[in-house]
Order: sequence, then C-alpha cells, then structure tokens
Amino acid sequence: MELVLAIGIGIMTGSGVWLLLRPRTYQVIIGLSLLSYAVNLFIFAVGGVKSNAAPVLGEGVDISTLTDPVPHALVLTAIVIGFATTALFLVVLLAARGLTGTDHVDGREQPK
Amino acid sequence: MSGWQQNLIIAPILIPLLAGALLLFFDERQRVVKAMISVVSCLALVAIAVSLFRFASYGPERFEGVYMLGNWPAPFGIVLVVDRLSALMLVLASILAVPTLVYALARWHAAGAHFHSLFQFLLMGLNGAFLTGDLFNLFVFFEVMLAASYGLLMHGSGPMRVKAGLHYIAVNLAAALCFLIGVSAIYGSAGTLNMADLAVRIGEIEGDRRMLLEAGAAILGIVFLIKAGMWPLNFWLPAAYSAATAPVAGIFAIMSKVGIYVILRLSLLVFGQGESAGLGLNVLLYGGMATVAFGTIGVLASQALGRLASYSVLVSSGTLLAVLGLNNGMVTAGALFYMVSSTLTIAAFFLLIELVERGQDAGASVLAVTMEAYGDADEEEQEVEVGVTMPATIAVLGVCFAACGILLSGLPPLSGFVAKFAMMTGMIGSGVATDAPIPASVWWIVALLILSGLAALISMTRAGIRTFWASMEGTVPRVLVMEMAPVLLLIAMTLALTVQAGPAMRYMEETVNGLQHPATYIDAVINARRVGVEEPGGPEGGGGI
Repeated sequence: MELVLAIGIGIMTGSGVWLLLRPRTYQVIIGLSLLSYAVNLFIFAVGGVKSNAAPVLGEGVDISTLTDPVPHALVLTAIVIGFATTALFLVVLLAARGLTGTDHVDGREQPK
Repeated sequence: MSGWQQNLIIAPILIPLLAGALLLFFDERQRVVKAMISVVSCLALVAIAVSLFRFASYGPERFEGVYMLGNWPAPFGIVLVVDRLSALMLVLASILAVPTLVYALARWHAAGAHFHSLFQFLLMGLNGAFLTGDLFNLFVFFEVMLAASYGLLMHGSGPMRVKAGLHYIAVNLAAALCFLIGVSAIYGSAGTLNMADLAVRIGEIEGDRRMLLEAGAAILGIVFLIKAGMWPLNFWLPAAYSAATAPVAGIFAIMSKVGIYVILRLSLLVFGQGESAGLGLNVLLYGGMATVAFGTIGVLASQALGRLASYSVLVSSGTLLAVLGLNNGMVTAGALFYMVSSTLTIAAFFLLIELVERGQDAGASVLAVTMEAYGDADEEEQEVEVGVTMPATIAVLGVCFAACGILLSGLPPLSGFVAKFAMMTGMIGSGVATDAPIPASVWWIVALLILSGLAALISMTRAGIRTFWASMEGTVPRVLVMEMAPVLLLIAMTLALTVQAGPAMRYMEETVNGLQHPATYIDAVINARRVGVEEPGGPEGGGGI
C-alpha cells in the first residue's frame, strides 16, 4: 500500500509541477490542484499508513493498532485552506481573462 | 503571574478578527462607520501591542508570556507565546497599520469593496504569525495573511494589478504547498509541531529521521525565503509591490519581514545548538548577499519610483538575511534595529511616492528616458482632487523625500545610519576585540552594504532632481493633510528611533540575548501553568469528538 501511495503522490506531483509551469492559466490552476492533492496525501502518509485503525485512544487499546490523529487534523485544515485559496485564484484568473482578453499567464500572447 | 495580562496575549488576534467580521455587516456606502470601526481596532491594537511590549521587556522571570488556548498543556494544545522578539514585531505591525489606514481613509479605501475587512484580516494574520508557538498554526496564520493580501493587492483593480496579483497568488500558493510538505516532514520525523517541543526533541533524533527533519526544515526555509524575497525567489516582488495601491504597499512593507522573523526564530530556537546547529546559515549569508546585489542593480536601474521602492524592499531583506547568516549576537541586534528602521522608511516612501507622482503626468512616471518625448504632450490634469492645496506642499513633500533618501542610503543623522553603523560595528568590531582575522565574507557584506547605500543615494537624488527641480511645467500636486500626516508620522518615528537609539539598541541586545538562550523560552512553554489546575497532571480526559 505504501508503494501505491508513494507512486500516486509522485505522479501527481510531477504532473502538477509540469502543469504549473505551462503558460495557460487553466493549466496552472489544474496543476496547483493536483499539487495540493499530492501534498494532502503526503501529510496523510507521514502519520504512518495503517488500515482499519481508529485514531481514538481508549482503555485497553493496543498502541500499535492506533493511527495518529494529528495528520488527519492537519490534512483537514489543509484541504479547507487549499480549497478556499484555489477558489479565490479562480476568480482572479477570470478577472485577468476579462481584463486582458487572453488566458496567457503574462496577460499577452507570446510573439510567434 | 496570570490574569488579565495573560489574556491580553490573544487580543491582537481577536480584535482584528472581530472588527473585520463586524465590518462585513455594514454596506460599502456607510464609509464613516466602517472607517471608525477600523481606526478604533487599529488604535486598540497599538495600545495592546505597546503594553505587551512593556510586559515582555520585564523579562521572562516576571512575565509569563504563554497563553494556552483551551487550557491544554503545551505539546498537546496550541500555545501563543510573547517574548521580546514577538512583542517587537507586534508593535511594529500596529504602528505601521495606523498611518497606512489613515492614509487609505483619504481616498483609497473607496476604490473597491471590503478594504477595511481585508486590512483587519491582514493584521490578524500578521499578529497571529508573530504570536504562534507551533508550526501548523504558523501555516494557518500565514494563509490568513496571504488571503487578505491577495485581496488588498488587487484593491482598486485594473489590468496591471490583476496581472501582478495573478503571479503573486500563483507563487504564494506554490509556496503554501511547500510549507505543508515541510511541516509534515518535520512532524513525520520529530512527532511534534510545537516549536519549543521540537527544540527539545531535535537532540534525540538520529540517522535517517534527522535527515528527513533537516530536509523538512530546508523546504520550510524556502517558503520563508520566498516571502522575504531572497534572490532568486523574488522576481514576483517588485511587480507586486509596485502595482499595489500606496497604502497597501505601505503595509506590505512588513509582510516581507514576517519571513525574516520566522527564520530568526527557528534558526536560533530549533537550530541554535546540537548536531543540526547552523543549518542553512550559508544559504542565508550568500543568498542575502546576492539579494543585496540584485536589489542594488534594480534600484539603480529603476525609472519609476514605485519600482525603486520595491527594489529597496529587496535590499532591506537581503541585508537582513546576509547579516542573520553571520549568526553573531551583536550583529543580529543591529539587524533588528535595521529591520524596524527600514520597515518604517519603506512604508513612508511608498506612501510618499503616490503623493509625489500625482503632480506628474503619466508618461513621466513610467519612463524617464522617454520623458522628453512625452514632455510635449498635453499636460492635462488627470484627476480632479477634492481638497485644499497645501501652500507649502512641494516643500513638505521635498523634505519628506529627502528624509526617505537619507534613511534608505543610511546617511547620518537619521536612524538608517545608526542601524547600518550598529551592524558594521558588530561585524568588524568583533574581529578587533578577539584579534582574530575578519573573514572575507564579512568584508563582502560591508562592501555591499555601503554600495547599496550609495546606489540608493544616487537613485534618490536622480529621482528627486527630476521630480522637484526639473518639473517646471508640472502642476503642484493636490495633497490632503490627511495624506501628508501619515508620512510625517512615519518619518517622525524614525526620528524618535534615532534619538532613542541607545535604549532601542539595549532592547534589541536583550532580545537577541534571549533568543540565543532558548532554554528560557522552552521552559516557559513546556512548564506553563494551566489556569485553575493545581498540579501539572495529565489531561482531564479523553476529549470529545
């Protein structure tokens, strides 16, 4: 499972970085979204990958069957903040498209 | 000591949060009410920051500057910590907020929606970043600050601002993702996000985990260097700062210092001693020097005043980074003094530029090289201002401009000189005292500092001559008293800093002394007493979900 997770994070990060460096605003925002998914999975993974383990410590629960709750809390916060900032960025992209008439990130087409 | 003084610690976050939320209930047309709420909040922030500053200056023995949210003990709960450094930053942020806000009230706050709310949220993010005692909340407050800054940067709209804003947001979103990677790598290796706890645990981490921790810290460092504007991570900064409206650029002057604050905090608290000591100091040193060089070239090359000011931000950041890279107590104290002085100066300069440029036609302010070609074009007054023309407008503007020039280039008698002198004495004087040879890097920094001052002087003189002496046909800019007063206030603060340089430097030295002995900070956070709990026992139960 670790391997699948690691490959998944790697592919998403790679695609995200590539898209982030593209000249179209739509590609940039998709790249940022992919990167944020990769980062969210990464945060999730640093707590140790476990399946069927609860994050609640109770009486008589073996520590080794417990999953770390902190990364869960972190990832929730990161998702919320990432979602909000992406939405905000989308609005700015639309404004830039409206003001400059092009979806190039520099606001003008490159000379051919 | 507990009670009201400790509850005051959370006020710099709560007040702007509540004020910003309250402002949303009022319609944009009710400008007077909105302005009142905003000003009251900022003045309250100044009062609180100054009292926290006074409590913090008593030292950790007499003032326990730790606030535990929800009364949970430190490594598990969230803590806010006030020490001398955070108190200094709080004061700086709040005294910068008042003049910029007053300046904005003259006309800029009406240029778009929700200026006041965004301004308050920006202050909340700034104060939170200075106060927080753990890394993840630092991320949250960074995002609060940045989200507000996105809105403020594009306040007033227009293609230039939206284009600069687009780049600014893209860079900062990517930086935020790096922040998360760094934080989670640190959590994965150290198992804690509390800075004090991290400083304790870092000594016990071995082998692969230490490598992961250092990698995480380095990624985190990159984020703060992007914020601080270190070369080559700073190409977004001049465009963004010069596109912003004047009051926004004024308050942005402290935003680049947040990165510096965090670097100073973490490098001395977590990476001050032990095996990982001095992590990345060389990057700071050489990166900072490159930034100063880049900023100096930018200052010399700038035609528009806005870009000149933006490159001055880079010079200021670069100087601080290079000097922090030396990791010398005396020099760091001088650097703190320089940070206060240069932040106030740059803010005053950004505010002043807009007033000065009002008297010029659009062509002149864009490109001086082609000014002659544009000079014959029609000299129409672009915008009709409401307000009185101050009789001595040009004289006052000119004096302020000269003061900014003196401050930026570090000439006597103002505080820019005192700051640079303090840093250089620390750098060269330490070698004299111990009779050890002064390393080559120190000479490079000294040379760069002097050259950057010279470049600032040349550029400011050139711009000043062009603006105040050569523009015979230019109209006298119409400036409101309300716009002039904030600039004068900021310059008066640098003047006060010059006069009170002795006590100020002593405070900075005590600050650095406190930072170099992180045991007091760690002890205060880890052993903070909980309210209403007699003995420091375990947590009171499982906690609900």
